[in-house]
Amino acid sequence: MIAVRDVRKSFGDFVALDNVSLEIPDGSLTSLLGPSGSGKSTLLRIIAGLEEPDQGTVEIHGDDATRVPPQRRGIGFVFQHYAAFKHMTVRDNVAFGMKIRKQPKQRVQERVDELLEVVGLAGYQQRYPNQLSGGQRQRMALARALAVEPRVLLLDEPFGALDAKVRAELREWLRRLHDEVHVTTVLVTHDQEEAMTVSDHIAVMDHGRIEQVGGPVELYDRPANPFVMSFLGPVSKVGERLVRPHDITLSLTPDDCGQQATVTRVVHLGFEVRVELEVEGEGSVSAQMTRYEAEQLELVEQDVVWVRATGRTAVPA
Amino acid sequence: MTVDRRWRITLRTVALGYLALLLVIPIGLVFYRTFEHGVMAVWDSVTTPAAISAFWLTITVTLIAVPLNTIFGVLCALALARGRFRGKPILNAIIDLPFAISPVVIGLALVLVYGRGGWLGDLPFQVIFAVPGIVLATIFVSVPFVVREVTPVLMEIGDEQEQAASTLGANRWQTFWRITLPAIRWGVAYGIVLSVARCIGEFGAVSVVSGKISGETETLTLLVEERFQNFDLAGAYAASALLALIALGTLLAMTKINPRRDDE
Repeated sequence: MIAVRDVRKSFGDFVALDNVSLEIPDGSLTSLLGPSGSGKSTLLRIIAGLEEPDQGTVEIHGDDATRVPPQRRGIGFVFQHYAAFKHMTVRDNVAFGMKIRKQPKQRVQERVDELLEVVGLAGYQQRYPNQLSGGQRQRMALARALAVEPRVLLLDEPFGALDAKVRAELREWLRRLHDEVHVTTVLVTHDQEEAMTVSDHIAVMDHGRIEQVGGPVELYDRPANPFVMSFLGPVSKVGERLVRPHDITLSLTPDDCGQQATVTRVVHLGFEVRVELEVEGEGSVSAQMTRYEAEQLELVEQDVVWVRATGRTAVPA
Repeated sequence: MTVDRRWRITLRTVALGYLALLLVIPIGLVFYRTFEHGVMAVWDSVTTPAAISAFWLTITVTLIAVPLNTIFGVLCALALARGRFRGKPILNAIIDLPFAISPVVIGLALVLVYGRGGWLGDLPFQVIFAVPGIVLATIFVSVPFVVREVTPVLMEIGDEQEQAASTLGANRWQTFWRITLPAIRWGVAYGIVLSVARCIGEFGAVSVVSGKISGETETLTLLVEERFQNFDLAGAYAASALLALIALGTLLAMTKINPRRDDE
């Protein structure tokens, strides 16, 4: 387990982490999710030992690691911009940690080949990083981090610099890899979809604080506050509550607790349809429904409908 | 298009003409004049005892000054690019002093400090009008080159690779040798080439502190000047050609040491 207790860190006047405490269970994949400037990368770097906290402690597997330098924490770290050793071949990059540990040559060779096989770079041993694509570089960086058999794998926005398609592929791949290797992993991301897809647990962060910790479904269904609610998915404000657009029901007849609204736009998104509405006296709201439901209502612009929030997920605005 | 092309040709002609007038023609002429009376005459004039002594003095001074400035320069560049300390702007400015101050003034300053009656004038060995003074003056004038070449390279590559190395278990020393130094080697190489050029070519500061004792404290540049003053033009040309050859040799050696200029 990684236990972070009451950690505070500021850079000049800027408070990056404001008394943060977090426990990361063994063998799990936990995401630190938040907008930029929320302190998620700083927290990861403090766990790695790349930054020192002003206050508080970091424990890794029961040992106080707060003042232990990164070299001796038993971690693997993957950077957003790969941090590939440009003057070394892929083989030498992956072998770096093992060579530093003076492991026998034969074993290093075998382990490098094995890891390159795992990350899908078999046959690339003699290439230089500038001969690889971004996705390949990041997989090399992962193999390099895994080569030292870390107790903890720390990933700092590892897919942030890649294009959407490669990113989605690597995301899936990372999850499968984690299911095989089972090393305790912490992933920093600002992409809620990424966090939802790969994580066992998500810690949502904002302004240097942890807003909520939980499983993806738990966070989506029972957000603790408006920030978590709106960061994990689209929201609409109906009356005094925030709800998910797909939790809004429209009807063509007046409803007991419904509000009157005018349709301003109907957008077809394939299977789903988004209806933009103007609620009287409150402003715009968007509702999402299946294509089938939309066809039943036969909505066109300027139609008058009644709006009601029906889903179970709602927080006071 | 044609106007464009004409412009390009004009610009090229101007640029090349400028280089030719200022650099290629004078240096070419030196070589031409040097060998005007045959190779033997040149050989004779660069193998006089005074010339041999000047040659070795220049080489010795360079071999002391350049390694020192390289080590200091890399350390200083690391401090400037990676360090967080107060007074960084001041350090930055001080490093440029040798560029800003005329070499003659540097020479005079050294005389004030180490000369007779100076602050450090009572050292057990003689500094001014002796080899230590020449070494000091040469180090002084060539301090900025390695720092100025390496600092921007360090800034450019950032410290992520170094951090990655540390998370993989490398200590500072290992990180420096295996990651940082290979990444900045081109900057270091350029810095060394420029330092060598400056060291063998330094005239002003050295001429103040050396005393110009032929066969003892006379460097190659001082020899060129002396011969020129004594109307031994052929001798001056020959010594100049020797200087140019040393510089060329350094350049070639550096290209050999760093054969792979990868597109990083």
